[in-house]
This record gives sequence, C-alpha cells and structure tokens, in this order.
Amino acid sequence: MAPAASVAVENLNPKVLKCEYAVRGEIVIHAQRLQQQLQTQPGSLPFDQILFCNIGNPQSLGQQPVTFFREVLALCDHPCLLEKEETKSLFSADAISRAKQILATIPGRATGAYSHSQGVKGLRDAIAAGITSRDGFPANADDIFITDGASPGVHMMMQLLIRNEKDGILCPIPQYPLYSASIALHGGALVPYYLDEKTGWGLEISDLKKQLEDARSKGIDVRALVVINPGNPTGQVLAEDNQYDIVKFCKNEGLVLLADEVYQENIYVDNKKFNSFKKIARSMGYGEDDLPLVSFQSVSKGYYGECGKRGGYMEITGFSAPVREQIYKVASVNLCSNITGQILASLVMNPPKVGDESYASYKAEKDAILQSLARRAKALEDAFNKLEGISCNKAEGAMYLFPQIHLPQKAIEAAKAAKKAPDAFYVLRLLESTGIVVVPGSGFGQVPGTWHIRCTILPQEDKIPAVITRFKVFHEAFMAEYRD
Amino acid sequence: MARKPLDYEELNENVKKVRYAVRGELYLRASELQKEGKKIIFTNVGNPHALGQKPLTFGRQVVALCQAPFLLDDPHVGLMFPADAIARAKHYLAMTPGGLGAYSDSRGIPGIRKEVADFIHKRDGYPTDPELIYLTDGASKGVMQILNTIIRNERDGILVPVPQYPLYSASIALYGGSLVPYYLEEEANWSLDFVNIRQTVAEARSKGITVRAMVIINPGNPTGQCLSEANIKEVLQFCYYENLVLLADEVYQQNIFQDERPFMSSRKVMFDMGPPLSRELQLVSFHTVSKGNWGECGQRGGYFEMTNLPPKTVDEIYKVASISLSPNVPGQIFMGVMINPPKPGDVSYPKFTAESKYVHESLRRRARMMTDGFNSCRNVVCNFTEGAMYSFPQIRLPPRAIEAAKRAGKAPDVFYCLKLLEATGISTVPGSGFGQKEGVFHLRTTILPAEEDFPAIMSSFKKFNDSFMEQYEGYSRM
Repeated sequence: MAPAASVAVENLNPKVLKCEYAVRGEIVIHAQRLQQQLQTQPGSLPFDQILFCNIGNPQSLGQQPVTFFREVLALCDHPCLLEKEETKSLFSADAISRAKQILATIPGRATGAYSHSQGVKGLRDAIAAGITSRDGFPANADDIFITDGASPGVHMMMQLLIRNEKDGILCPIPQYPLYSASIALHGGALVPYYLDEKTGWGLEISDLKKQLEDARSKGIDVRALVVINPGNPTGQVLAEDNQYDIVKFCKNEGLVLLADEVYQENIYVDNKKFNSFKKIARSMGYGEDDLPLVSFQSVSKGYYGECGKRGGYMEITGFSAPVREQIYKVASVNLCSNITGQILASLVMNPPKVGDESYASYKAEKDAILQSLARRAKALEDAFNKLEGISCNKAEGAMYLFPQIHLPQKAIEAAKAAKKAPDAFYVLRLLESTGIVVVPGSGFGQVPGTWHIRCTILPQEDKIPAVITRFKVFHEAFMAEYRD
Repeated sequence: MARKPLDYEELNENVKKVRYAVRGELYLRASELQKEGKKIIFTNVGNPHALGQKPLTFGRQVVALCQAPFLLDDPHVGLMFPADAIARAKHYLAMTPGGLGAYSDSRGIPGIRKEVADFIHKRDGYPTDPELIYLTDGASKGVMQILNTIIRNERDGILVPVPQYPLYSASIALYGGSLVPYYLEEEANWSLDFVNIRQTVAEARSKGITVRAMVIINPGNPTGQCLSEANIKEVLQFCYYENLVLLADEVYQQNIFQDERPFMSSRKVMFDMGPPLSRELQLVSFHTVSKGNWGECGQRGGYFEMTNLPPKTVDEIYKVASISLSPNVPGQIFMGVMINPPKPGDVSYPKFTAESKYVHESLRRRARMMTDGFNSCRNVVCNFTEGAMYSFPQIRLPPRAIEAAKRAGKAPDVFYCLKLLEATGISTVPGSGFGQKEGVFHLRTTILPAEEDFPAIMSSFKKFNDSFMEQYEGYSRM
C-alpha cells in the first residue's frame, strides 16, 4: 500500500501557504455559494442578487467595451473578414485600416503564432510612440515587455529582485494585495510605509525614510519602492512635488522604483493630473542610466476596462544589458503573452485621434464612461460620509472607495467571538443582509486598530441609489445592534 | 560605488540559473541574421502558424463574434458567418456576464470547464469534475504553478525525462528545486527504462533529495515517442509505490502519426487499473490550444486537471490562481471550441473536418519525410516522429569537429547548429538545450515548414551536413 499522499498541505511550498489575496478570498467564495443558493432556492435570502463590488472588473457590471477597439480585435482575430465586401458596411473604415496595419506588423499576419517574447515589435513601437506622446520624453520599444496583464510583470520583477527573506520591498499600506502576495510567494520581506488617511492618503517622505531605516537596522536589504499612482485601494493621485521627492528618495537610497500606473486614465478631479514617473524623472534631468524604473500599465482599467483580455506591459529603464537579458530570458520561458492582449495594449496607448472616422464616437464613449465613474465615485463617497461612524476619503482616481468604519466595541467583541477580524465580520454581515460583496480593509493593510472596507464604484449608475439605500439600511441596523 | 539593486550581481540566483534554449543563443543569432537580410527558416519552436499553417476557421469565427457582439445584432451577420458559429458565440457570451472583457472565475469560465470535463469523459470513458479543471494562459503557466506549489527548497526533486522540453528544467531552476533526470533510451525508440529510473531515484535519495513528482511528456517533446499502455501502467505503478505525484504533459495528444500506439491519457490508464491506485495516485494532466491541429499558440489557452489531490491542496492552488485573477477569456473560448468542435450535422462540420484532416495528414507526411530525410544523411540517425511536432536526429560528430567546437568555445552541438544556420538559414535548437547523454549530440527541429518547402529544406540540410562531415571526417568510408 502506498504511503501517505505526496502532495498535501503539510508538504507544499511554504511560500504558497503564506501568501494571501483577499480580493478573491473567503468573502467572495462565500458570496459565490450564496449566489448558487439564490439559483437553486429563489427567495431564500433577503436579497435577490449578489452585487460583486469586490473587484475592479467593470465589464462584468455592465460597462460597455470601446467599440473601435473591439472592431479592430475582431478583424485581427478573423482576418478573412477583411476580404469580404460586407465588412465595409459593418466596420468603420479606420478600424479596417488599423487592423490591416496591425496585421502587417505581425510576421505572416499570423495572430495565432507565438510572437517575440517581449511582444510583437510593431505593437511595441506603437506603445512606445504612445508613451512618448503622453510624456513628451522618448520611449524605446526595446524597453517594453508586453505581459498577460500587468500582474505577471510585477511577479517577474519580484522574482528578479528577491533573493531571500532578507530582501525587502517598500510597499504602501494600504496596498493592492498583489504586492504582498507576490513578495510572500517569492520569499521576500514586505517593508510597509503608511499612507496618511487624515491628509487624503498622503505619502510622507519622512515616513518612507523612517520605515527604510527601521528595516535596514533589522538587517533587511531594501531593494525597491512600490508606488501605486493613482492609488489602489486609496484612489489618491500624487501631487507633482510629491513625485519629485519620491524619485529623489529612490535615487539617493539606491532603490528600484516600481511604478504601478494602471489607473492612469482614471482621474476624477480637476485639480490633479496624471504624471508618469518616467516623465517626472526625465524632467528632473535623470536619464536612462540614472534611475532604475519599471512602469506598469494595463488594459484592464481606464475607460476600456478589458480585464478578460489580460493585456498589459512594463517599461523598464535604467537597467544594464546583462540584467535586461535575464528579464528577457524569464519572459522567453513562457514564450509570449496572448496576442489579443498585445494588440489591445497598442490600441490603448494609441487610440483614435482627432480627424479619424471613429474619433467622435470613441471620444463620446470614453467621456461618458469616465464622467459616469466620476459621478459614481462622488455619489458613493457622499453616501458613505452621511452614515454614522463612517468617514470616507475622496476617490481622486482609480475605481474604489476605502471608507473607514469606526466599529463600536460591542461589534469588535462579537467579531472576536466569531473568530473573525472585525472588518471581515462587518463585511460578512453586509453580504448576508444585502448581497453586496466588498473586501475587508485587512486584505489591503491598515493602521492597526482601524477598520476599512474596499468597495468598487463600478455598479451601473442606475443601480447606485439602490446600493446606497441597501447599504444604509444595513449599516443603521448594524450600528443599532452594536452601539455602545 | 554602492551596488545597485539591479546590478547583475544582485539578482536572484535562481533567475540566473534558468536556461531556455528554445529562445536562446541559436534563436537570437538567427534573429540577428534575419535583420541583416538573410532568409531564416525558424524551426526552433512548435509555432505552426508562423510557418504558414492556417488557423481552423470555425474557432476564429466564434471568437471574432464574441469579440464584437455588435455583429450578432446586425441583420447581415448570417451572410458573413455560418449559423453554428453564430450560435456558438451566443452560447459562450451567455456564459460570461460581461463578455470577453471581464475577469472570469479564476479557474476559468464554469461552462467551458464543464465542456472540458465532458471532453475528458468522452475521451477516456471516465467522468471528471469541472471543479478540478483549471484553465490557464497556456499550459506552461499551469506547469509552473504546480511546480511552484510542490517545490519547497533545493532538496525537493522532480523526475524529468532527458531529453525534455526545457520548460521543466527552467521552472525547477526558477523555483529552487532539484531536477532528477531519467534518461529515455534512444536505441529503444526513446522508451522508459525503469531499472535506470529506480537507480536514479535511489541515487537522488542517497544525496538527501526528496523526490516529489515525476514528469512524463506523452507524446514526447523533443523525442516524439508515444507511450504504450504498458509503459503508462509502469509509470503509474512506479509513482504509486514511490509516493510521487505524476505530472502528465499531454499537450500533443492530437498529434499522433502512427497507428500502433494511439494516444491514451494517463488518467484513463489509471482508472482502468482500478482501486486502490486509481483512488490514491495523485495526477495532474496538462493540455493546450497551441498544438494539435489548431496550433493557436498566440492565444495562450490551456488547462490542467487534478485527480486525487486533497481539497486543502486544491484550495492553495486556487488561491495562487486568484492572484492573477483570471486566464484570458478569448483563450478560454478557443479551448472550448477545440475540445467541443463542430459535430456531424453542423453547418461547419464538413469545412472543419476537411481543414483539420488536411493539417493532420500533412503533418503525418512531413513527420515521415523529415525522418527519412535525416536518415539519408551521413552520420545522422533519426528515430521516427511518432507524435508531437519535432524531429530530434542524432548527429554523430567526428572528433575533429568536437575539437573545433572546443576551440570556438562552444558546445559541439551548438557549434554544428550555428554552422547549419549560417550555411542554410535553418534555425534549430541544439540537443544540449533539452538534455542528452554525455557525448551524444542532437538537434531539435520542427516538422512544421510548409510541405512544399520540405524537399528544398531537406536537401539544403543534407548538402550542409554531408560537406560538414566531409570537412571534419575526411573521405567517406564507403
């Protein structure tokens, strides 16, 4: 008879066991069970649908894709269409010509072939041109690695940088838990720096410096600084002088700057704008050789919200040739990222321009989505702030609100008795009463003793009043139950 | 001056240890030459569409319709797309609230996983659970995920065939484990030798290695051999008694070019053997849309299927999958269409069947042509490509060639392949990229160049090879 099972929890990679990812964690698994229950036993719960506000997945909640992008993608998926007469009446002329242009850059027009491991050269050229036009500073196609979403690029960098548990990566708290999970998976140390809730989630260089020195005094070799701009879950857009200070800090301390800029097109306030860290660094006079910088972008967010396509890229600058070879080598083991995602990344960075046939409708779609997101961000922010014990910072950008819930002591004790973190307890009660799924703040990190939830701003605008009402009813009842 | 974190010396050592020859030195040199204007025939990677193979129409029609659902609303759509492609697109769109643009379930769309489960059931005659089937961005990501879950440290060993597809060696290096090689017997048609395997395992254990898993690639890459049922049974029994999880890479299951040994999945054989083995042996099986008659490499579609893994382990695997949110949705749809293609009676069935058959029969002819072509060359011995997409001829390099290679600072097979590239533009991968016995040299090429180009390619190779042998061996012994 065979001995005990080979692959069991007791003998799995401990790094796998250690990592966590709350965005699709326990609460979501429970919500999926409840969703099934609604199907098999309608009427058995106090709500008739589950509303997933846990994840930045716009199209799953009704956001429409950008028509021009889908036209181009469909033509690239099935190039035979370009030979049919009917195509001219079904697709816009500029989508047809863009598809032809893209296919001409793909060897053999073969969208089913593995491409160059960094992505099709012509598509990287388009991305580089888009970066150059956005920043006013040149970008190079050879610096670009197109990946299956931005996340694999983050993993690659963590893998490269983390040698052992003494290698540390500075991460904002609260942070998008890809970072904490990836650092755990690669066996490194997360060095937290706290964003200041009282100043709209401001980033203080003095705190950065303190955390860095603290870590070093404990023998941690701090290798990189992660900055998420616009922030997730916090939504703040960094002020320009803040960005200058961050670049200087990285330069002085010898850190790689990992700039997560996937929400660069989601800005909802007039007094802030997106500046890429590359632009900031170059405008400070830091050239290619002065600062190692990795900038991440994705097709999943913005106004395009194409999460399911898994498209994204990282632009790596300031690295030596031997290091770039290593990055290329690791990318080559997976051969290449999916071609549809690559094409989409080139479209996102090089969308229709004034004068193009599709420009007017593209601009209308883009503006409608962004303006609606801004309205929803405000409506939910205001609604949260009206509730007892809840304070919510403005979402200047990204797709989330991260209100602080001042939980009464009785609630905290009830949570303890239920063996749950207080915010997880609150979130579970919210789910069970309303069907609304949010993620507890502990999934992102927070100042100890404070509790938050992350809620997306993505339900369609016409659903927002109902969401607000349901939340209000639940929260008032919860506070009544547990008020001190 | 202070070391910077991204100085070469400061990188993760495991990354530096990784080797992936498929896109390594030969490929990079070939790309350079191509830029200089030389005509290159890339046979370094199993990338059918890059060499002119056409996509199967039905899959592309379905995905295009899913990509641009506005087409489905147009009254003329029936003029441009067959009814069954339209119906299938609607079928998949109904499974995905949010269409192609939304993250799906982290395991993949439940409806497509159900289709995969039905395919497996139909193929093997045994039911399987869609909850234990995870779709991935290509099979490679699934392999890497499973290896990362198993490997704790450098004392965890993974049994890997030699020669092997270097994804396995690269991943094991990346995750800091130990590769425990078992040699396939070239003279016995690349078969497994369990005496050798047992010896290898014993040696590894004596060095303090805990052997955790065994990889089989069936059909083999680069070797192409199709395992017999008896062979698979031996593998299963071995894994059962040695307490190993079996990782069955079955991505070439549709590429079978002989009739004596049709494809049998490891899972089927396992269930045929019955309990207790069928209830206890841990197995993970991998498949892809990149190979077969489809060759849709660029879509990055694949899956792994878990059998007899404890629920807590599955939970951990789920957790890691969730960090990447979801596999790409178009790739998932390609997987659905591949394992659930048009059936007799469907409008697209005749065209689909004709297209697939054409690809398959052409590959079969090319497998034979290439094997025979290599065997007609001086000092070249080549086993038949029973399956997969490659030919792995043994090149018996004369001692003087080996010395010349040493002087040039190159491994002998790298030296040969570079010369082949420069003379003919044929870009192959040296056998050292896959592993081989000491002092035995090979190259891997694909059978994918267009059939009409084959005679010219094989004659170009023969001309180069025979003159190389002439140069380094002197006069023919004939």
